[in-house]
Amino acid sequence: MWVELATIGIKLAIVIVILLTTVPIMVWVERRGSALIQDRLGPNRVGPFGLLQPVVDAVKLITKENLVPAGVNPFLYVLAPVIALTVALTTFIVIPVGYDPGLTLFGYPIDGFLVAPNLNIGVLYIFAVASLSVYSIVLAGWASNNKYSLFGGIRASAQMISYELAMTVSVVGVLMATGSLRLDDVVLYQSAPLISLPVIHYLPRWNVIPQFLGAITFIVAAFAETNRLPFDLPEADSELVAGYHTEYSSMKFAAFFMSEYINMVTSAALITLLFFGGWTLPGFATPHGWLGAIFSIAVFSVKVAFFLWFFVWVRWTLPRFRFDQLMGLGWKVMVPLSVLNFLWVGVAMALGWI
Amino acid sequence: MVTYAFLVAAAMAIVFAIIAIAHRSPVINVLSLVLVFFALAAIFALLGMDFLAAIQLIVYSGAIMVLFLFVVMLLNIGNVERLGSGRPMQAGLGAITAIAIGAVVVWAASRLAPALGSVVPGSEAGTAFPLGRALLGSHLFAFEFVSLILVAAIVGAVFLARRESR
Repeated sequence: MWVELATIGIKLAIVIVILLTTVPIMVWVERRGSALIQDRLGPNRVGPFGLLQPVVDAVKLITKENLVPAGVNPFLYVLAPVIALTVALTTFIVIPVGYDPGLTLFGYPIDGFLVAPNLNIGVLYIFAVASLSVYSIVLAGWASNNKYSLFGGIRASAQMISYELAMTVSVVGVLMATGSLRLDDVVLYQSAPLISLPVIHYLPRWNVIPQFLGAITFIVAAFAETNRLPFDLPEADSELVAGYHTEYSSMKFAAFFMSEYINMVTSAALITLLFFGGWTLPGFATPHGWLGAIFSIAVFSVKVAFFLWFFVWVRWTLPRFRFDQLMGLGWKVMVPLSVLNFLWVGVAMALGWI
Repeated sequence: MVTYAFLVAAAMAIVFAIIAIAHRSPVINVLSLVLVFFALAAIFALLGMDFLAAIQLIVYSGAIMVLFLFVVMLLNIGNVERLGSGRPMQAGLGAITAIAIGAVVVWAASRLAPALGSVVPGSEAGTAFPLGRALLGSHLFAFEFVSLILVAAIVGAVFLARRESR
């Protein structure tokens, strides 16, 4: 039992360290990427290509005064960023990062690169935990005792509930086709060819092809769930100062900031696993053994990195929605489309096409 | 280990249930109720009902309690009356109702629940497969009937919320 606990502890430490290191890298990518898109230079003074800029930012945030404004509810005001970071860090434990054909390390199984290999509800666990992240925003908005913060919190609760519906229903199709809630099973299902004919059997059975509508709704809903542009209504700078984190400074602000980027990593990983074949490459069988494991982790990382760049790319390309347009899009377009995808998968499965 | 985890979860459920009705700030009440649902989800997970635990968190903590919080924040309710500040008659009626409901639940649970020790943590019983098979198999009529009630509720809500045509 102690060995199992130690294994889980080591895996958790690796996951948390990797997630927390992704944040400064993504901050750099975001700032330099936005500069690239807007034909500017961006931060390029600290270190080569400005790569040390996040370090300087972190030092600035840590050494700032830890201010608690007058008139806030002190308990809930501090609790909100804690919830945000906790939820962001705990969603990643059911995400398989590589191919594991029963590998062992020092005689112990590595259980498919999962922190929680025995949790057979897989993707539902992510939804269950991620649905709690709305509390951090709502509480931050309410406890700050600021009307702009409150507006941000109210917008966040309406937006996240609306898009969670479309997100959950769009995943149902994938889970029906796979017949399992586990994400490693979802990836193994997608590793087969789509059509077993001579030339086109290189076309993989990635869910994005038979379930295009599901993929579209899931990606759009992922943007809304992470509160990124074009759906960043809860913090809309031009309307609400900074929305729910107007009154937050120093590391409490940094906690919100880090949780946003960690949620982006989780969303990119989920998009990759559910719709873009996870660690598989079309027309290429992953080799067995440690070589295959390292290769699969590399493929998965590249795909996740692409979707992380996609998040940045969209943020600096599209303008923000108006709030009624956002709710209209959520309920009148996204939910029907996701239900349509779910019906299509049901019909296709009944006819034996999928 | 399972016993201690259950005791922690059960204690958490009871303590936060008391805070949920006794505290004077409505926001704290709602948050305590969220923690009660958390403790219930933990108990489901300990019984091997992983699927129910996840659904409990998604539906109650993730959606319904957010709506509660939304309403509390939107109406900007200040502190509510202290617990027990009503008339003695109300307290008595409340206590009798609570005891009656509790007695019915305990009686029903003792009739329906499997024998002690027959629910094995980590078994297949709590996964989505047997649950789905039961809902769409032996309990199909009840399942469809509940969905009919929900459709009626949605139609009613739309009817109440629609704009008057001029």
